[in-house]
Amino acid sequence: MSILTVKNLKLQFGGLLAVNDLSFTVEKNTISSIIGPNGAGKTSVFNMITGFYRPTSGEIELDGTSLINNKPSQITKLGMARTFQNLRLFPNLSALDNVKSGMHCRTKEAVWGALFHTKSQKEEERLIEEVAQECIDFVGVRKYMKRSAKNLPYGAQRYLEIARALATKPKILLLDEPAAGLNFEEKQYLIQLIRRIRDEFNITVLMIEHDMGLIKEISENITVIDYGCKIAEGTPDEVLKNEKVIEAYLGKEDVI
Amino acid sequence: MDVFLQIFFDGLVMGAFYSLIALGYTMVYGIIKLLNFAHGDFYMLGAFIGYALLSFITGDGGLNAGLLGIGAVFIITMIIVGLAGIGVERIAYRPLLTAPRLSILITAIGVSLSLEYASMIGWGASYKVYPIKLSKNGLEIIGAQISFAQIGLIVLSALLMLGLRLFIEKTIYGKAMRAIALDQSACSLMGINVYRIISLTFFIGAFLAAGAGIMSGVYYGTINFMMGFIIGLKAFTAAVLGGIGNITGAMIGGLVLGLVESYGTYYLGGSWKDVLAFGILILFLVFKPTGILGAKEMERM
Amino acid sequence: MKKYKKHSLLLLVIVMFILPLLLDIYWLDVLTLVLFYVVLTQGLNIVVGYTGLLDLGYAAFFAVGAYTTAILMTTFHWSFWLTLPVAALFAAVAGIIVGTPTLRLRSDYLAIVTLGFGEIVRILAINLDITGSSSGIYGIPRPTIGSYVLSSQQDFYYLILIVAIISVLVVYRLGHSRIGRAWVYIREDEDAAEAMGINRIRLKLLSYATGAVIGSLAGSIFAVKMSAIAPLSFSFLQSVMILLAVVLGGLGSIPGVVIGAALVIVLPEVLRGAEDWRYLIFGVALVIMMIFRPQGILPKKYETEDRSDLDEKEETNDKDHSMSV
Repeated sequence: MSILTVKNLKLQFGGLLAVNDLSFTVEKNTISSIIGPNGAGKTSVFNMITGFYRPTSGEIELDGTSLINNKPSQITKLGMARTFQNLRLFPNLSALDNVKSGMHCRTKEAVWGALFHTKSQKEEERLIEEVAQECIDFVGVRKYMKRSAKNLPYGAQRYLEIARALATKPKILLLDEPAAGLNFEEKQYLIQLIRRIRDEFNITVLMIEHDMGLIKEISENITVIDYGCKIAEGTPDEVLKNEKVIEAYLGKEDVI
Repeated sequence: MDVFLQIFFDGLVMGAFYSLIALGYTMVYGIIKLLNFAHGDFYMLGAFIGYALLSFITGDGGLNAGLLGIGAVFIITMIIVGLAGIGVERIAYRPLLTAPRLSILITAIGVSLSLEYASMIGWGASYKVYPIKLSKNGLEIIGAQISFAQIGLIVLSALLMLGLRLFIEKTIYGKAMRAIALDQSACSLMGINVYRIISLTFFIGAFLAAGAGIMSGVYYGTINFMMGFIIGLKAFTAAVLGGIGNITGAMIGGLVLGLVESYGTYYLGGSWKDVLAFGILILFLVFKPTGILGAKEMERM
Repeated sequence: MKKYKKHSLLLLVIVMFILPLLLDIYWLDVLTLVLFYVVLTQGLNIVVGYTGLLDLGYAAFFAVGAYTTAILMTTFHWSFWLTLPVAALFAAVAGIIVGTPTLRLRSDYLAIVTLGFGEIVRILAINLDITGSSSGIYGIPRPTIGSYVLSSQQDFYYLILIVAIISVLVVYRLGHSRIGRAWVYIREDEDAAEAMGINRIRLKLLSYATGAVIGSLAGSIFAVKMSAIAPLSFSFLQSVMILLAVVLGGLGSIPGVVIGAALVIVLPEVLRGAEDWRYLIFGVALVIMMIFRPQGILPKKYETEDRSDLDEKEETNDKDHSMSV
């Protein structure tokens, strides 16, 4: 059963066609990837799915609900969370406070509760704290919990961003180049982490990645994009043998 | 018809001042994306330094204030204020070029306060009467009075703007400015001394604003240490109107604003003049932040 | 540690209540003004400090409160206490009116637009008949509690002191809640906040409205304390001074902002004689502050660990740079 359906998606910036007639589906409880050369339009696709860009035309559905014309915050509330290619943590806030942000859309206390410290407000605060700590433990950055996000080691910042996304309790998690900048050991840890997210939380994972080794190891399904169009789709083995894909990455005439 | 034309000429003069100040806003913004809040105060500084120099040459035992003398005062004042512009950039803005926008904006407010109140301490808080006043002689065009002074100011402003255009399009410094506006780090890699060009931009901006300052002094007759505040905001409005960062836009924006204000004052009354300008500013920033000449920005949710 | 902090705060409050008995009328007046600024800066702190929206027209909300109370009390003979909720409502609406068009603007444009709104409010006050044009409104009655008429210097000191304490509490509690955190997330990274499910439009408007309500409260009390108000009190310079207090003290930091308010008011009094110099000094102070200590005198701390503890960790960092499972 598919959880995310993208149909005939198109994005035009002035004269530039960034994404052209792109369709794909993501099955529930899978780990899928979108790959493609630099500038192929992968992040644009993510930005449209999460509501940051408005598609020129096309349809995006999450669990049967159309996401078109929804604000990013509404889409997150519907059950989609994301990370960013260039880490977008809240730099001055503590790691714990960063993760607490994810719980915002799952809680509802407003000004009144905050001012009078009502019983329900206190309970909610406890819940937020609890979930945030759980997420921090899950990705393994507890020892940095009270430090400002910007002072964390790079790898820990990557994991923290994932913890923050998990705190929104998503059905599907979009990771934009999660392995960028990580060393070998950190990548191994990331692979474990992504698997655990799927296995323990039953969260579908869709990611953009450049690291072929990582993709081959954990992706069950790959969609390849070049110049905004889908050029191939399938399991890692199928896709990496595909001539069009090799051509897109290495060029036609080039001999290596 | 005569009234209509009369208002047109008045608006044109006002608009020329706005254009000259707006150019500084737009150039500085184009090059380092800084909204130099204190820019209007260079206009005020120009008016005061011009006042001091003119008082000196027209005063007892001073030189004869011929056309040559006035011309010299113009140039000297503009250069002094231009140098003040460089000084402000060096002291206040350069250490903050990579700081968050909030810090640099607050700095600009600080610079503005400093310039205004330093002038107040130097020259006093009351209105000063300019030592020379332009004659009201002029000619009549279809019933509208236009003085030679007005024509002179408009021509002078036009010449300054033309000079700036030529400078930016024909000289190597102008080319460097345009290049820095596009990509600052690429420019420093290409061996352009970026800081020097930024200084130059501040110099030119302050230089032009000072020119407008003296011209308004001789045109309106009185000056005050707070005169740069409101006109600075309006010049900013003009820059936004024309599309901030766009030189031609600033010139057109200034003229349009001058005319709109001039007619607005006539039909709505003088007390609503500023509301009109701020209203235009807000409407443009909200609905068309790229201005009349600006391109459409990508739509983001 | 926390207990110690609570005790010293309590002590401070007690001292503040006793002070009027010890001070002469002049310093009492200065202190009253400080407390007005404490309220105003707390309100602006929500907008600029928490949410990161630079507002250069904050005095407009101060004006909305003052004029609403003044008009309702003089023209319509309302009780002072009844004007408060109305003033707050008007201010909240004004906050939303200013906020709505600015939601998508970058910070520097936002600053200019709020400045423009502030000036428009002032020009309206000068030109409208209901606000008494440029001479303003005078003969505003004194507020009463039962049969007691608040009229002396002390009465107003206590009134504004109570409101200042309330506003500090309100801002503190909001800051430590889900709403306050959301504001700070928006300040830190708008897009990331939106991606985390925070509706930035709604929360920015709430921030403007809350800040405006607190500002209007100060305005209402200002009107009855002065018994006469004029547009001059709500100029751009007033907005700048309030902002200056917030920035000097430390954006987002409650004790910092209180210190900032005290400095901005008391410093000119101490420097009396150097009257002309005060804005020049403030201007230069702003520049120096931004260059050498942009976080303010008493900045907000976000790391909750002790620094010594941190340094220790820094050393061991290299070893466990790669995460262990």
